[in-house]
Amino acid sequence: MSDRRVSRRGVPVNVGLLAAAALILAVCLLVGGGTASDDASEESFVGTDTTAVTAIEDSHPDYTPWFEQIFAPPSAEVESGLFALQAALGAGVFGYALGALRRRRTTDAASPGVGDDPH
Amino acid sequence: MHIAEGFLPPLHAAVWSIAAAPFVIHGTRAVVREIRDRPESRLLLAAAGAFTFVLSAIKLPSLTGSSSHPTGTGLGAVLFRPPVMAFLGTVVLLFQALLLGHGGITTLGANVFSMAVVGPWVGYLFWRLTRRAGILPAVFMAMMTADLATYCATSVQLALAFPDMQSGVLGSIAKFLSVFAVTQIPLAIIEGLIGVVVMRVLISVAKPELTNLGVLGAQKKEPADV
Repeated sequence: MSDRRVSRRGVPVNVGLLAAAALILAVCLLVGGGTASDDASEESFVGTDTTAVTAIEDSHPDYTPWFEQIFAPPSAEVESGLFALQAALGAGVFGYALGALRRRRTTDAASPGVGDDPH
Repeated sequence: MHIAEGFLPPLHAAVWSIAAAPFVIHGTRAVVREIRDRPESRLLLAAAGAFTFVLSAIKLPSLTGSSSHPTGTGLGAVLFRPPVMAFLGTVVLLFQALLLGHGGITTLGANVFSMAVVGPWVGYLFWRLTRRAGILPAVFMAMMTADLATYCATSVQLALAFPDMQSGVLGSIAKFLSVFAVTQIPLAIIEGLIGVVVMRVLISVAKPELTNLGVLGAQKKEPADV
């Protein structure tokens, strides 16, 4: 029980930290959106990987990629779906692991002595 | 930081693959040893791998008007030491190269070297350097620097392959750093903050495991230990 109280007390701090992260993201969106529209580029928030490829094509127009993607998503929609799938898989495993760790702890705490073992 | 398929000349692709290979082999052994010697840390291992899986899938907008993704490799480097991340990072990059059309097989070696070798090691270095300031500030530094170092490494890799016509490799490094590293600064700070939250949660649910791994022990029980 004491474990739960401890972790609950930490919740506002965690929310605050995540809010700070969200704030940075919001500032990025506002400032970055302004930067992009000032430029001649039509699309804003292009991936840096794409920007790097464009930079190579500009500076070394003679270079031709010597190997093709084995599989490339047929459209941007499918691609974002696959990325969402990757994030979902990761989040699922991450959540399962945290849940299992928490359950292990509460079970340990229930049986006396085990939870106090430093090793 | 994913160098696109075919966008490194064959020689560079080969050299980076050869450079990354020993780290990956060593990392694979480290993972096997970890699972065998400390079966109780399997869940944390899964969490560290899954964390990288999630973070490297999410592209975030940045101040520069372009977008990029965090790497999430700092957490595993702090928990299990960098070799383990060489393996986990390679799994993530292979998944993205084969199924997502992101990165590539020919550039896998270079991408592994930046994201799964340089990032975790730099993050771990900063973790060790700042650990005396406390676990959470050290985790923040580890996550942030692992992220930034990965993108700096990519910039150097691309610059070596594509030196600028006038200003040479150095000019090219500056050019690619302006693409990658500058964009990455706010994202690395965000990653650092998320890392702190995750570590706080881990401390509340996995204290014995973290102590076993030496993540908490040296800080809380032996403050004199360097």
